[in-house]
Amino acid sequence: MKKSVFLGTLSLAALAGGLASAATLDDVKARGVLNCGVSTGVNGFSAPDASGEWQGFDVAVCRAVAAAVLADPKKVKFVSTTGQTRFTALASGEIDILSRNSTWTFSRDVDLKFTFAGVNYYDGQGFMVSKALGVSSAKELDGATVCIQTGTTTELNLADYFKSNNMSYEPVPIETNAEAQQQYLAGACDVYTTDASGLAATRATFADPENHIVLPEIISKEPLGPMVRHGDDQWSDIVMWTLNALIAAEEYGVTSANIEELAKGTNNPEINRLLGTEGDLGAMFGLDKEWGKRAIQAGGNYGEIFAANIGESTPIGIARGLNAQWTQGGLLYSPPFR
Amino acid sequence: MVATSEPPKASFRLSMLIYDTRYRSLTIQVVFLMLFMAGAAWLIDNTIQNLRALGKDFNYGFLSVRAGYDINQMLVQYSNDSSHARAMLVGLLNTLFVAFLACITATVIGVMAGILRLSKNWVVARLMTVYIEAFRNVPLLLWIIVIFAIMTESMPPPNAFRGDDAASSMLLFDSVAITNRGVYVPEPLFGRSLGNIDIGIFLISVDLLAIIAVITLSVMANRALLRNALRVQEATGLRPTTWWKTILILIAPLVALLVALGFHFGYPELRGFNFVGGTHMRNSLVALWLALSVYTGAFIAENVRSGIQAISHGQSEAAFALGLRPGRTMSLVVLPQAMRVIIPPLISQYLNITKNTSLAIAVGYMDLRATLGGITLNQTGRELEAMLLMMLIYLIISLMISSAMNLYNRSVRLKER
Repeated sequence: MKKSVFLGTLSLAALAGGLASAATLDDVKARGVLNCGVSTGVNGFSAPDASGEWQGFDVAVCRAVAAAVLADPKKVKFVSTTGQTRFTALASGEIDILSRNSTWTFSRDVDLKFTFAGVNYYDGQGFMVSKALGVSSAKELDGATVCIQTGTTTELNLADYFKSNNMSYEPVPIETNAEAQQQYLAGACDVYTTDASGLAATRATFADPENHIVLPEIISKEPLGPMVRHGDDQWSDIVMWTLNALIAAEEYGVTSANIEELAKGTNNPEINRLLGTEGDLGAMFGLDKEWGKRAIQAGGNYGEIFAANIGESTPIGIARGLNAQWTQGGLLYSPPFR
Repeated sequence: MVATSEPPKASFRLSMLIYDTRYRSLTIQVVFLMLFMAGAAWLIDNTIQNLRALGKDFNYGFLSVRAGYDINQMLVQYSNDSSHARAMLVGLLNTLFVAFLACITATVIGVMAGILRLSKNWVVARLMTVYIEAFRNVPLLLWIIVIFAIMTESMPPPNAFRGDDAASSMLLFDSVAITNRGVYVPEPLFGRSLGNIDIGIFLISVDLLAIIAVITLSVMANRALLRNALRVQEATGLRPTTWWKTILILIAPLVALLVALGFHFGYPELRGFNFVGGTHMRNSLVALWLALSVYTGAFIAENVRSGIQAISHGQSEAAFALGLRPGRTMSLVVLPQAMRVIIPPLISQYLNITKNTSLAIAVGYMDLRATLGGITLNQTGRELEAMLLMMLIYLIISLMISSAMNLYNRSVRLKER
């Protein structure tokens, strides 16, 4: 009898613990720091700079969320995760948001119980080879040794691609981007495959980027975006609409240069609602009026973040392509702020 | 009719559970058991609650789903259309394969280093001391990574073997190629192969079975020959010459079988991006195997040394007095007795090797952890199920090795009558 009362109390405590962790927003506010899962270092997307500060395109999403929620883009604790540890870290609550070029797939969304808060980069898997190999198409890679980051969707795409083209290959499974780079440069594999953006970022760090080419074939769709846990809709809404705010800001021409000016009020009600001078959208998900303004101020709008981290003026030099606004022929399309 | 001499029965009081030495140990054990069960129940309950909070269930259905990924080293047939259970089997066999190789080489290295460390040759003994101390006191992971880095960074890529004035050339009459992608060695092939038997889970080569059968029969025939020689020697005092008969019995049937099967070597040759043909020992396998062997070999060497030193010096003096040479003294007198001391710690070294194979994660060797605990876990998101299954498998392997070695230990220990 006593034992069952004891166990009942314990299970109640465990249940209470489970429920308490459901409200991520309250946890983050109480903690005063946003725990953000990033990669172990992909230049331009998430990598520490010379002074140890995390910089990059994926990092900027976390900074914008921290600015919206905690009013300070610096209040982020970055947790580097590998392809294998990232989902466990998110599911266990070690991180509040995973912003680590992770592909939105059906099973990750439905079976792994994660929610993708939109797409911040439309990508596809590509191949990088040394020019010395004289290969100009992925169709010529029969029998090649391929370095691949293990535990990613690229592993499955690769198997499918070679199978459908009746080619064989030798996979060399590798844990992190840095190791893959080392193996590739040492010639232990002929080909390095990952998302095309990752290839461009990796190639930019080589001593001789001109001797390596990314093959024209893009063999998959890889919509990359920030992820949160299932079951906390308030939190997933905050992350999703913070990302939408960055995208909408570019569409409406709100930049970090003119945001103070525009925040005084404009004759465009959409901008006014976004920046909090009209209505109170923030209160609907537990934030204040100026959340959107702060999120945009953290690193600029989507276009500014893109240009500063991975755009054509950076060593990585990625063109906007699919990641242009819908008005420019791209896929970026924020639902209205209303 | 109550006997008056019987001491009055003390009524049982609750405090006796603590103060009465008859009950105290029982009380402590019961309390401890209840605490332990409560702790276990709490862990299980917590897990169930948290899984429910995450909306996850607990089932092993994912094992029958198509795996979808490729594995580079396979001892049994596997393709990306196979199931996750099959991928797990491939990983398990890879784990056992590298553990088996490492156990053999570690034992050979360990026994040699252990004996040489006791050598009267000062240089040899000191060199062995240096080997043992250097390898035993540096973490295994570092040795694995060092060997892997040496293989990938300093060996020539397959491209270097190309062309008329190639930068690198193959060794041993163009039969072995050492590249930064691994070592290619000739593979045994059979021109008139007997085919394979499908036993459901994997195929067994009939050629291999035939070879094993012939070798077993030859060894048994040789034993009979030697027994007969001994009988003749005991009866007449003269030992018949057996050495050429032994060689004939051991080698002739095997050679005959190999010729009948059309045995030949398949040599690796450079074609396309890589060497084709031959057996490809990948860098990950080589690094893991070598590192496990030299690292554990250092521990085994110390076991062997302690075992030999445990044998009284009088034993070898007695053997010398009978006129035995030092080599025979070691193999006939000292080592058989030393085995009793050596084997129990050797069991735990074998277990260590098997468990340490999971360090394959550092070099991307596709072992059980990399398939079931790595890619499968990641692609299906079944962390708890995969981890528990993996722990269970490692536990079973370890217990099996342990019981097999214990059986062997029982057979060689001192027979007391």
